[in-house]
Amino acid sequence: MNIGEITQTIEGKVLCCEDRLDTEVVTCCASDMMSDVLAFYSASNGVLITGLVNPQIVRTAIMVDAVCIIIARDKKVDDTIVNLAKDNGIVVILSPYTMFETSGRLYEAGLRKSKG
Amino acid sequence: MSESIHLVFNVDGNNFASAGTASEEVKSKLKMIGISSADIRRVAIAMYEGEINMVIHAGGGEAIVDIFLDRIEILLADHGKGIEDIEQAMQPGWSTAPDDIRALGFGAGMGLPNMKKYTDEFRIDSTVGVGTNVYMTIKFN
Ligand SMILES: Nc1ncnc2c1ncn2[C@@H]1O[C@H](COP(=O)(O)OP(=O)(O)OP(=O)(O)O)[C@@H](O)[C@H]1O
Ligand SMILES: [Mg+2]
Repeated sequence: MNIGEITQTIEGKVLCCEDRLDTEVVTCCASDMMSDVLAFYSASNGVLITGLVNPQIVRTAIMVDAVCIIIARDKKVDDTIVNLAKDNGIVVILSPYTMFETSGRLYEAGLRKSKG
Repeated sequence: MSESIHLVFNVDGNNFASAGTASEEVKSKLKMIGISSADIRRVAIAMYEGEINMVIHAGGGEAIVDIFLDRIEILLADHGKGIEDIEQAMQPGWSTAPDDIRALGFGAGMGLPNMKKYTDEFRIDSTVGVGTNVYMTIKFN
């Protein structure tokens, strides 16, 4: 599945790096605990789904070589987050759904978890 | 690369938003000199966890990084409150992080175990009231 298809599946809104929607994604991790995410470090080319909105979600994504962050439940995302993601080529998608439903839709569409 | 690269970073303890910049810089430096992405990821995660720890538990500190042909050595030094019981701190799930830190996505008590897991050598020296030194070595495969 690529990031464009992911965006459609969750009816999301892309906040940056629109030029990278054709990037293939192989794995996904949903968490509000960043050290949990960091423990799945083999998840390169992965997606991070989170309900958090602070710059450390982007730093965490950078460290694990994630290519996309999905922020659940339409939150206000400030410029520091978007700019940091943009600088690092990470697509940020705002999802109108909860973390549960965002994850469920992607799972149903065939996306599977990180091998951790 | 014939000689080692020596880098020193000041890690600001009053700015949660900027925590991780040192790790980010080290990551791009390693990428530039052609280290494998698997090794870079181990370095990035271990150093980032340590950097975050200095910011949320110790009021900031210094990161001293030496990159050699076959390995990277990282020293994270702070003058924070220190760790009373290192063995306990190393237990997965042990955390003294307050609720406001948890709300930001940290405080699972997984940082130190992750750091140990991703490094080839890992040592903590800490004195209560004086500070903490974390030494990490990662060998390049
Ligand atoms: N540099 C430090 N100075 C003082 N105490 C520290 C330092 N690093 C870690 N600690 C102590 O060790 C505990 C465990 O650290 P660890 O990184 O494993 O978990 P955490 O930081 O609480 O949560 P997480 O890393 O999952 O976000 C911390 O809660 C804190 O009490
Ligand atoms: Mg920690």
